[in-house]
Amino acid sequence: MFRRRAQSDPGLPPVSIRFEGRTIAATGGETLAAALLAAGEEVFRASPVSGAPRGPFCLMGACFECLVEIDGMPGQQACMTIVRDGMDIRRDRIVEGEE
Amino acid sequence: MTAGQDEPIFDLAIVGAGPAGMAAAALAGEIGLSTVVLDEQPSPGGQIYRNVEHAGGVPLPGASREKGAALAAAFRATALDYRPGTGVWHIETHPGEPCRLWLLRDARVGQVRARRVLLATGATERPVPVPGWTLPGVLTVGALQILLKSAGMVPAGPVVLVGNGPLLYLTAVQLAAADTRVAAVLETGAKADLRAALRHLPGFVASGTWRAGLALLREFRALGLPVVRDVSEVTIEGGDRASGVRYRTADGQSGTVPAEVVALHEGVIPASSLARAIGCDLVWDAGQATFRPEIDTWGQSSVAAVQIVGDSAGIAGAEAAPLAGRIAVLEAARAVGRLTEAERDRRAAPFGRALSSLLRGRPFIDRLYPPRLARSPLADPVVVCRCEEVTAGAVRAALASGASGPNQIKAFLRCGMGPCQGRFCAPTVTRLIAEARGVPEAEVGSFRLRPPVKPIPLAAFAAAMEEDAP
Ligand SMILES: Cc1cc2nc3c(=O)[nH]c(=O)nc-3n(C[C@H](O)[C@H](O)[C@H](O)COP(=O)(O)OP(=O)(O)OC[C@H]3O[C@@H](n4cnc5c(N)ncnc54)[C@H](O)[C@@H]3O)c2cc1C
Repeated sequence: MFRRRAQSDPGLPPVSIRFEGRTIAATGGETLAAALLAAGEEVFRASPVSGAPRGPFCLMGACFECLVEIDGMPGQQACMTIVRDGMDIRRDRIVEGEE
Repeated sequence: MTAGQDEPIFDLAIVGAGPAGMAAAALAGEIGLSTVVLDEQPSPGGQIYRNVEHAGGVPLPGASREKGAALAAAFRATALDYRPGTGVWHIETHPGEPCRLWLLRDARVGQVRARRVLLATGATERPVPVPGWTLPGVLTVGALQILLKSAGMVPAGPVVLVGNGPLLYLTAVQLAAADTRVAAVLETGAKADLRAALRHLPGFVASGTWRAGLALLREFRALGLPVVRDVSEVTIEGGDRASGVRYRTADGQSGTVPAEVVALHEGVIPASSLARAIGCDLVWDAGQATFRPEIDTWGQSSVAAVQIVGDSAGIAGAEAAPLAGRIAVLEAARAVGRLTEAERDRRAAPFGRALSSLLRGRPFIDRLYPPRLARSPLADPVVVCRCEEVTAGAVRAALASGASGPNQIKAFLRCGMGPCQGRFCAPTVTRLIAEARGVPEAEVGSFRLRPPVKPIPLAAFAAAMEEDAP
């Protein structure tokens, strides 16, 4: 759904992350949301009410649609998190009433 | 995690390092106030100047980039405690005591104390609830701009922009310059908007902002994008994700545009969650069709230790934000005994003059680009609260069965109780109640907010406590 423009900064170090077990190449300094979108992932979680697929909406930390589980800690905003090498990410699985 | 007795008490804590916060901080440092600046972004700049220190960033129009870079450089050159990547989720204010700000950084809870607080938290985009707006592939126009500014990313397939306002035209220009295929711009509006705006033309002209505004519009029109005007109804189509937009105009034309990405935008509204949770009084701003914190000319809110500036106090734009930030800091310096009232007034006068001239330009823009979809009749099945999937119909049913105000709707339906804490449903809920009861929105009010203004993972407390343990 999104592509990186050719002239993305060569000075930034490549990092490797995992999403639902799949290895994804990302760029140091970018947000986790950007890295996942660039890798073609657009569903970050299921709505805890209906289970409908949800993905990033505002990308500025206000809508909480991009919540994911990072290294075992759920409920984290992918758009406000900078990628780190080795990050292990899963779709957020918080279900209504279990929080 | 605890701020022990030996922790410093800052003179001033500034929340937000956009143009308002950066300018305020630089002046606070110059005056000699001990200052801490907290911002959840990884670098200074706020929304307009996001990532401005980065050479590879996206070109901002006109002199914007230099202005942002200059603000950031002055901010960096000032001796202060700047904490990027730090979200503020609650502020305790007790008369006669320092304020306590609760923080979240690297998934750990922390806190900091300060005698005074300056909120410069900016704006968020106004929610535009339309059928299908929760589908993957639907974002805000601001979100597309953020991807471009911070990651150099653009939609790979055709994108449809829906709505109105300067940020929409600016983003269209930026996307086109980055070789994105904009399949259509569905401009929401009505013929009456221009007439309503013209009354405020003199102020707009006097403010000087017309030059940049006109230049942007010219650039936008020169792109020759397929534009549909006076769009009054929009439905986003798709199964598991967005596939296109169906629209209808005020004079009855209709059509469907296939799209891979759909972006919505009808202006921005103050990001006032912290102000609300602290208990700052709000007022209804009819011109901007939003609640905003009530402040005086110094940015002073109804809570003694708290001032509010920039777009978080009412939408005034990036030129006005630094001026308001500086004016507020002069008053904060007076309040902590660093400046006399006469010095404050003398130093604030030129900022005040420049600010009031800029503010005269605002009503024209507000009237020319009023929220249209965001305030047009909502069908029952449309989702109002994205977090809890509460529909307009459910809100109406709750009203019919006795709920009367926003807080009762919240209690009945969990509407506004999800992680976003009502940021993307509060304006719609207020409007639905006003419509159902036939009273003005000002009278309906909005959700009462309780801390934390952002959900804090339990593990974040645990992590901080482990560190504290001997
Ligand atoms: C997505 C978006 C894009 C925009 N792009 C443009 C543009 O290109 N050109 C333009 O003229 N205007 C733009 N605007 C309008 C913009 O609001 C103003 O022009 C200008 O940025 C306002 O400056 P400010 O200092 O008041 O707030 P902002 O620049 O918004 O800065 C506020 C800062 O506060 C931080 N913050 C907020 N809440 C918290 C919290 N609880 N804890 C910690 N930090 C917090 C935010 O991370 C942000 O960095 C945009 C607005 C949005 C929402």
